[in-house]
Amino acid sequence: MSVTEPMPAAVAAPVLAGARIGVITFPGTLDDRDASRAVRLAGAEAVSLWHADESLQDVDAVVLPGGFSYGDYLRAGAISRFAPAMAAVVDAANGGMPVLGICNGFQVLTEAHLLPGSMVKNDHLHFVCREQSLVVENARTAWTNEFRRGQQITIPLKNQDGQFVADERTLDELEGEGRVVFRYDGWNPNGSRRDIAGITNDRGNVVGLMPHPEHAVEAGFGPASAEGPRAGVDGLTFFTSVLSSLVHA
Amino acid sequence: MGRVVVEVMPKPEILDPQGKAVVGALPRLGFTQFSGVRQGKRFELEVDGEVTPEILAAAREAAATLLSNPVIEDVVSVVDAAAVPGEATGTPVSA
Repeated sequence: MSVTEPMPAAVAAPVLAGARIGVITFPGTLDDRDASRAVRLAGAEAVSLWHADESLQDVDAVVLPGGFSYGDYLRAGAISRFAPAMAAVVDAANGGMPVLGICNGFQVLTEAHLLPGSMVKNDHLHFVCREQSLVVENARTAWTNEFRRGQQITIPLKNQDGQFVADERTLDELEGEGRVVFRYDGWNPNGSRRDIAGITNDRGNVVGLMPHPEHAVEAGFGPASAEGPRAGVDGLTFFTSVLSSLVHA
Repeated sequence: MGRVVVEVMPKPEILDPQGKAVVGALPRLGFTQFSGVRQGKRFELEVDGEVTPEILAAAREAAATLLSNPVIEDVVSVVDAAAVPGEATGTPVSA
């Protein structure tokens, strides 16, 4: 499969039928429906999970979608960390299950200590919403194995607390272990340390990023691409990648 | 009724955008004396009875786990309001 071309859902479905990917909804989650749609377009079954549930219903992978869980009132993602469903996610992630945290989901993963660092307000103090160019730095994770290292992709970004911070030792560790998965390309939209847009755990099954792959999965609704306006479907590769990793697991 | 006051501040090395916005606004109002502002959080935890050492210990644990994120914030203080002059009544201090 060419990584530069959209992968038709009809091709993906028969090969990977049966994979079940959970999408957790917290109070204040906004992008759960988009994430579920992305899962279906990639050819898997989307399973809606509720934050107060203790069971993950035997899903094969989990997506923590974007939004403002619990209103972000204490800190972005801080209260969600203690939701019953998150206890199950932490256990499953430590057992190797693929987990993707997008935007607020990334913030939840750092608060849950599944990923290091934290997110603070954008350095320019403004909410930012744009089509963001990224460079794929690690194409070996459960969610990026169908990209290639160094590939440039474009997916939407929209956040207010998107500035990734960690101490220098942690940043050096992330760099040294190849755990920076995506870097902002061209412009750093929030002041993130070392232009980091996404990271992974040491095992490569847990990935968090601020931009939104689930908003770039269908021609006609995504960012501009070489194929034309709104034609970008780079985000779909996240979801086909996890299906590949499940098939080959 | 007892009350525990917890104060949390962003770590010194973390850029505090809210404080930065405030320090930018002060001179526009004529306050030119202040060269820096950092904005933190204050929590007031109420209990039905007295603030016992056990309750204070629980408040410290809550401060370290939920009320602050040690990656970006420091817990500055966890105190029994009754033991601090001016905190006991919870009445705002006016200039």
